[in-house]
Amino acid sequence: MAHSYTPGLKVLKSTKILKERRLPLKGSVESKVGERVKPNDIVAKTDLPGNVQMINVANQLNIDASDINQCMIKTAGESIHKNDLIAETKGIFGFFKSSVLSPCEGTIETISDVTGQVVLRESPIPVEVDAYIEGKINEVISEEGVVIKTNGVFIQGIFGIGGESRGEIKTIVYNRESEITKDMITDEEKGKIIIGGSFISIDAYKKAIDCEVAGIVVGGFNYYDLEEILGYTLGVAITGSEDLYTSLIVTEGYGKIQMGQQTFDLLNTYNGKLASINGATQIRAGVIRPEIIIPLDSSDASIESNDSNKSDGMTIDSLVRVIRSPNFGKIGLVKELPPELREMESETMVRVAIVHIDGNRFEIPRSNLEVVETD
Amino acid sequence: MKLRSILATDCGSTTTKAILIEYIDGEYRLSHRGEAPTTVEAPFEDVTRGVLNATMEVEELSGRKLIDGDNIITPQKDSAGVDIYISTSSAGGGLQMMVAGVVKSMTGESAERAALGAGSIVMDVLASNDGRKPHEKITRIRQLRPDMILLSGGIDGGTTKHVVELAEILAAANPQPRLGQNYKLPVIYAGNKKATPDIKKTLGELTDLDVTENIRPVLEQENLKPSRDKIHDLFMEHVMQQAPGYKKLMSWTDAPIMPTPGAVGALIEMVAQRESISVVGVDIGGATTDIFSVFQEQFNRTVSANLGMSYSICNVLSEATLPNVLRWVPFDIDEKELTNRIGNKMIRPTTVPQSLEELVIEQAIAREALRLSFIQHKSFAVNLKGIQKERTISDAFEQSESGQSLVNMMELDLIVGSGGVLSHAPRRQQSAKMMIDSFLPEGITSLAVDSIFMMPQLGVMANIEKKDLSDQARIAALEVFEKDCLIRLGTCIAPVGDFEGKKEILKAELEFSNGDNSEISLDHGQLVLIDADYEEINIKLFPSKGVDVGAGVSEPIQTKIYGGQVGIIFDGRGRPLKLSHEPTKRLSDLKNWSNALKEYPNLEV
Repeated sequence: MAHSYTPGLKVLKSTKILKERRLPLKGSVESKVGERVKPNDIVAKTDLPGNVQMINVANQLNIDASDINQCMIKTAGESIHKNDLIAETKGIFGFFKSSVLSPCEGTIETISDVTGQVVLRESPIPVEVDAYIEGKINEVISEEGVVIKTNGVFIQGIFGIGGESRGEIKTIVYNRESEITKDMITDEEKGKIIIGGSFISIDAYKKAIDCEVAGIVVGGFNYYDLEEILGYTLGVAITGSEDLYTSLIVTEGYGKIQMGQQTFDLLNTYNGKLASINGATQIRAGVIRPEIIIPLDSSDASIESNDSNKSDGMTIDSLVRVIRSPNFGKIGLVKELPPELREMESETMVRVAIVHIDGNRFEIPRSNLEVVETD
Repeated sequence: MKLRSILATDCGSTTTKAILIEYIDGEYRLSHRGEAPTTVEAPFEDVTRGVLNATMEVEELSGRKLIDGDNIITPQKDSAGVDIYISTSSAGGGLQMMVAGVVKSMTGESAERAALGAGSIVMDVLASNDGRKPHEKITRIRQLRPDMILLSGGIDGGTTKHVVELAEILAAANPQPRLGQNYKLPVIYAGNKKATPDIKKTLGELTDLDVTENIRPVLEQENLKPSRDKIHDLFMEHVMQQAPGYKKLMSWTDAPIMPTPGAVGALIEMVAQRESISVVGVDIGGATTDIFSVFQEQFNRTVSANLGMSYSICNVLSEATLPNVLRWVPFDIDEKELTNRIGNKMIRPTTVPQSLEELVIEQAIAREALRLSFIQHKSFAVNLKGIQKERTISDAFEQSESGQSLVNMMELDLIVGSGGVLSHAPRRQQSAKMMIDSFLPEGITSLAVDSIFMMPQLGVMANIEKKDLSDQARIAALEVFEKDCLIRLGTCIAPVGDFEGKKEILKAELEFSNGDNSEISLDHGQLVLIDADYEEINIKLFPSKGVDVGAGVSEPIQTKIYGGQVGIIFDGRGRPLKLSHEPTKRLSDLKNWSNALKEYPNLEV
């Protein structure tokens, strides 16, 4: 289960990251505690039960369901190949027989003399789980998976699409205000994770997919363009299982919003480093945010790194991002947290924070602020 | 035993709310409330932490000792503790079920009604005739991982083949429960009793099978109660046992923990029964909108799983379409910019509208979420339901003709709204207008909102089964519901009929309890608000020719109504409500209606 919803996104320069890599069903773990792994190394594998096919043998043979066992050639538990004879009537003097062939390879699971159905289970589907990040095996969860530990950069986005991906970081804009345009993306970006500023257009994103870019991290994207990429309207923010070559991570929100200074500077520092990203997002109780992980060598990382799960909430001098208009996307410092309710222009009575943005003072509902968690 | 005090909690997915009810000066009243974040998920993984935190807030506010160490003190000793402690729960996504029936529109629908009535979310309805191939059904069952499955099908003594076939599909899918790995999935069988041995043979080993009375023993009879009760029992015995901390919580409570919507439904059903009225209750949340109704003494509940105001706000936009949302907005706005704004609300669900413009847009979306949820409710609340009811064979075949038979807006007496956008709108006029615009009540209808969403706690209180407590707990629940839970907004009077070519459609004479009198003339297209407190008002209504206000076409009516925090709203806009396609006229109508109700007095258009 993911941690409970806290409106704060992490931008951490050096932190301890623990990543659980678990199989969907029990299987075998391929790694040992202390072993170093690369993102593509397989750490655990299993076989998922095969798909099920149901054949109404009684109907196909035109017999009563209660007579099915007299006609079955194969019995429950028996292995079968595609086109194997599985049931046959006796016919008349051995002629005019009706028969049923297996549509797949697998095993006979059940034979029902009530409905005349035969359940065939196809061959198991092998599933492998890779390490996803570079690091060291910290814990082995018997028959289920591992926990990998690394020290490195940990950045959360607000929304993403596409699942796990990995590649070298490449900043392709001059500053965090710039947009990624179509012409900035060429075959040179193949397999890379490209970093943009405030926005990527639908055309530029499509070009990135064509050029097999591994991932994009950018400030904003248009909500209404998602439909063209996903093929459906995104009604609730639950993503990650899309079949997309190029994962997209949006750090600020929908629209053109410059990437946070801390986020942009940090990503820019590690140009050329290998990063692992995951666009999977789930926004409801048990929130999952898209993430960017850059494992650091011991020479890159500070000796003492913090726990990425630590969160202090909003306090005086917290760095905050405004997450609703007016001032949407701007970053400021909390100066006061008055306890009493204040009336907004909408006449809503709310608890507010007094925030300084670019030298100006603003009174903003606390629920419209997001703590930028830095280290 | 005289009940002196009750502590009730509702463990929601994000917040746990506690209320303290005390017997003071001869009546039960809500005395204090507290809330704290729910602690079902990591790092706490123990629901009782949140319960204790919320109770601690009540303790601090009331100055009454309620907790001793890590326990709630029951029964009350001197001034410490409470006589009973009860709770509802929707934490961890509530109760998620799959139901199955042989014919989708018959046993499938009956099973869905039973599950919804018990307070669950129905993830899918499987049926022999739902058009999906067996392997597609199997894949779906595997993907969904429900908390529980209700299997029905066939009338008693009828053919067993189809329902056994469904059982075989379930067995082949071998569904795993959502919570916990070490227990079998609870399956309730409520179908043809002749098939019971075969169902046991097919599912007995693989699942935790429980058999109850057939949901549809004969074609023209529906029998939901045994299945609903069984769902509640299994929810307690199995599902809740797996959720972190619930074993401990269950040992504290003096009555079984109920799923939150099940408790709300039970309360609404009881209120309708006691007053002999028709009621519609709505709870519009961040992810879902629940609608409860009682018409002709028959209770129905629907949950529109993806029509909510934050997590699923983009789905409201997608289902309602942008023009339908924008028709409620009295100013021009860039459409693309608006979709990005709504998208940002989805990914930052806890934000609140700071500007008036944002509030107007949010309330426009709420109108559409409510309207769509009510359409779904109307199409589901059909005649055959609930406690055993005899119908003719011809009626039984009509049930798939969904909708119109039960929900009769002219018959509706009370609408109760709850959920942030209705309960916490900055002005009560805004809540009243949102409910009128979305539900379009006809004739005379009272409007109310649940002040702090305490219907769940009151619902479970009203359903305590312990002999020595049940009567008083029920009285306490109803007293608090009337005095502290409901905020009376007033009454909506909406004539219907042929308004074509008419100016005046209704005349009204009002006689207030202080002896004042007032006369109203309502024109076609007009909204009129009369300020009136929650006091009895004698009213005479004289509809114009061809117009009906409840007593029949052109028939006058004399009755008693009540005002409230908003007052008496005369709605002459007609039904269905048609907004002009001509932008200038639409904007001017919206502005006039809004001004009449003092909805957004500070909005500069």
